Amino acid sequence: MMRHLISAADLTRDDAVLILDTAEEMARVADRPIKKLPALRGRTVCNLFFEDSTRTRISFEAAEKRLSADVINFAAKGSSVSKGESLKDTAQTLEAMGVDAVVIRHSASGAPYRLATSGWIDAPVINAGDGTHQHPTQALLDAFTMRRRLTGPDAGLGQGLDGKRITLVGDVLHSRVARSNVDLLHTLGAEVTLVAPPTLIPVGVETWPCEVSYDLDSTLPKSDAVMMLRVQRERMNAAFFPTEREYSRRYGLDGDRMARMPGHAIVMHPGPMVRGMEITAEVADSDRCTVIEQVANGVSIRMAVLYLLLGGNEPAVTHTRPTASEEK
Amino acid sequence: MSKILIRGAQVLGGEPQDVLIDGSEIAGVGQGLSAEGADVVEADGKILLPGLVDLHTHLREPGREDSETVLTGTRAAASGGYTSVFAMANTFPVADTAGVVEQVYRLGKESGYCDVQPIGAVTVGLEGRKLAELGAMHESAAGVTVFSDDGKCVDDAVIMRRALEYVKAFGGVVAQHAQEPRLTEGAQMNEGVVSAELGLGGWPAVAEESIIARDVLLAEHVGSRVHICHLSTAGSVEIVRWAKSRGIDVTAEVTPHHLLLTDELVRSYNPVYKVNPPLRTERDVMALREALADGTIDIVATDHAPHPHEDKDCEWAAAAMGMVGLETALSVVQHTMVDTGLLTWEGVAERMSWAPARIGRAAGHGRPVSAGEPANLTLLDPAYRGSVDPAGFASRSRNTPYEGRELPGRVTHTWLRGRATLVDGKLQ
Amino acid sequence: MDTHDSGVARPVLEGPDIARVLTRIAHEIVERAKGAEDVVLLGIPTRGVFLAQRLAAKLEEIVDAVGGSGRKIPAGGPGRKIPVGSLDITMYRDDLRMHPPRALARTDIPSEGIDGRLVVLVDDVLFSGRTIRAALDALNDIGRPRAVQLAVLVDRGHRELPIRADYVGKNLPTSLRETVKVQLAEEDGRDAVLLGAKPTAPAGER
Repeated sequence: MMRHLISAADLTRDDAVLILDTAEEMARVADRPIKKLPALRGRTVCNLFFEDSTRTRISFEAAEKRLSADVINFAAKGSSVSKGESLKDTAQTLEAMGVDAVVIRHSASGAPYRLATSGWIDAPVINAGDGTHQHPTQALLDAFTMRRRLTGPDAGLGQGLDGKRITLVGDVLHSRVARSNVDLLHTLGAEVTLVAPPTLIPVGVETWPCEVSYDLDSTLPKSDAVMMLRVQRERMNAAFFPTEREYSRRYGLDGDRMARMPGHAIVMHPGPMVRGMEITAEVADSDRCTVIEQVANGVSIRMAVLYLLLGGNEPAVTHTRPTASEEK
Repeated sequence: MSKILIRGAQVLGGEPQDVLIDGSEIAGVGQGLSAEGADVVEADGKILLPGLVDLHTHLREPGREDSETVLTGTRAAASGGYTSVFAMANTFPVADTAGVVEQVYRLGKESGYCDVQPIGAVTVGLEGRKLAELGAMHESAAGVTVFSDDGKCVDDAVIMRRALEYVKAFGGVVAQHAQEPRLTEGAQMNEGVVSAELGLGGWPAVAEESIIARDVLLAEHVGSRVHICHLSTAGSVEIVRWAKSRGIDVTAEVTPHHLLLTDELVRSYNPVYKVNPPLRTERDVMALREALADGTIDIVATDHAPHPHEDKDCEWAAAAMGMVGLETALSVVQHTMVDTGLLTWEGVAERMSWAPARIGRAAGHGRPVSAGEPANLTLLDPAYRGSVDPAGFASRSRNTPYEGRELPGRVTHTWLRGRATLVDGKLQ
Repeated sequence: MDTHDSGVARPVLEGPDIARVLTRIAHEIVERAKGAEDVVLLGIPTRGVFLAQRLAAKLEEIVDAVGGSGRKIPAGGPGRKIPVGSLDITMYRDDLRMHPPRALARTDIPSEGIDGRLVVLVDDVLFSGRTIRAALDALNDIGRPRAVQLAVLVDRGHRELPIRADYVGKNLPTSLRETVKVQLAEEDGRDAVLLGAKPTAPAGER
């Protein structure tokens, strides 16, 4: 594993499985009376959020606190601080304060990569979502949820998602979740299909390791998991589709469509859901929908990532080094 | 003025000859010219070209003197072998009146490093709505002949048609920055495989090509000439090739960076590669080289676009678009066109001096290297190999995409009407 | 635990020896715990977990037998299961920051919990004592046992902390140049305790 986590595409299969396995152990901590581990005691992690996202921020914060890290939250909202000088200046300020890691959310694609490679700061950088580029911890928690549901928490240990058929539906063009999931699920051996109106599929998708379909109904019976992506109503005004009604009729998931999925198949959503747009309330509230589990799993995955990146004197490496210690 | 004998230079890449400069003119070209009374420049193995002419330079003055001034920009030009540059109109205030173009013209005269020919804006404030006083700018001391809203596209078809027609009265030309604005809203890089992966807003080739197609048809309809700035796609080349085959009076330019760099570089998210039009694909680069070689593309123009460090030392979306280019242009052209066998040195002279001077009507520039002509000359050492070090730039800005890259060739001398502006690579 | 294979390792305990000492330890636990009714065995991964499971099986045999002989019958009666689990100490290690992060092992606390119970920690080799210190810290985050005891297969000495074992399979005086390796059938395919010489670490390995 690398020093930073910027893109799901940077993870090898071994890295990804190690994160999922570690998250499985982290998940057990949630059942204890004291939900706390000492792994990051004395380390300071800054959640640097240039874009509003309470859900992702509190998920990281919970993970950091469960690992005993000291947490600094830096919310920089609004356009005046989204200028480049601000990112650089902020990074250098955090560096001077002795921050050990930065979790960054930014509306500009590539901002975490830039932060990690520009020399502005020395600390490891974890991407908590950048523009329409990547959201690697979301993809990891999605894969974790799929492995737990489709293979089982213990049976899944050490496993990928080989042969699992995963369908992602919705605004792929503007979705960092879709990009990260395509990369990671492919690495883990799953077969990914993207379903969307052609206007919401990016030019250049042909090189992605996945299939593309414009027809939801024919894809559903061949899916082990169906992930609905959020579709913002603003897209309608930019002529990506004619009306909300037409979108939900062609690409929304309702009870009838869910009935066409195999019995074991699950419905996923990265949240927040737009009920009545991409998903009906009936589906969102059914026990096949894992949206609440995904939230819980997000904390476990982020604990695993933080531990593996920051827990030792260097990041966990893909190849286990021989340890010279006498005792375990 | 004294005499200078350039001894043994390969004039336009031909056999070694001596060239004698007397005062502001070339006094003679031939074998074994007498060095009596002349300073001798030994030019063994070097190439002598007519002084280069850049039809597309941003000197930033007035308004953005933190990135470049007429003085620093013309020093950069002389370093790169240029004796004439056309200064784009997107300054603050915009060069849309006789007053602003005369100011830029006067600053150029005062600098003494390179002739500066201001370009006038096509529309007031580059806003694309109302024609600027094109005639007044032409009649001013600056004698503007090239008009451009560069940085912005004259996207209104009627305004473009009127501008094309209007400048015919005084032999002007409109240089179009071809970028359909609606198709490029939020655009950050070439739309394709790389933009899809990086999640950066796509800048489709069709946004450039549709405007070029429209404008060559407009030029044909009204019988005007039109110049297309910085072609960047294979499709644009096809359209210009088709237009020329129909006899449409169109000329086109390509930048050095579009002859060398591709959108793969954007994977670094380093804004030094952020430029308008964006870096395209390998296929486009090859098509542009071929078009420059066969004459479909007439000239190389730098689109030298200086930006201060802080405008590039940030995340991609917040960064300014543009690259400096005056001081590396000839090396990139040697690397991509000469060393690849696509172009002779005489071909380089045509595309970097003669043709741009013709298009811009730059009097005294782009002339043959022969007796009686103004002594605007560039001497370069094609065997030189070195990596680009922006710290050595004469430009006030350092936003080069070539930092650390090894490029061939180096301009050693530049003469502006017989006066050396660059000697052994050092500005005078 | 040693992870180096030593070319000249010499067995100091063989399979039957290990079975014998585990039986003895089980009897000692029953004796000291007065019937083992509130005992919870927690093995420290990896091999401590297997030893804990073996000890649990032996304890169950003993309490069944004792119950059958008419003496005090433990709560739950004959056939009751001795709770056994695992306690991963990775994140509690005092040298966590000196190495790349290690993969975590399973912490599996029996459903009865540990509050008010007698927890017997089980490990294969007792050496510096740092692992046990980490285990005590880990326990602290899980609950409050009535008492904590320690059972080890081998005590090789060289303590660096004030920690001692309550049940020792074999005291094995060693030098620091020696290695002690425990092999168990569940993990290694055979049961043995091997004493070897420490290989000279190649430069840069540490």
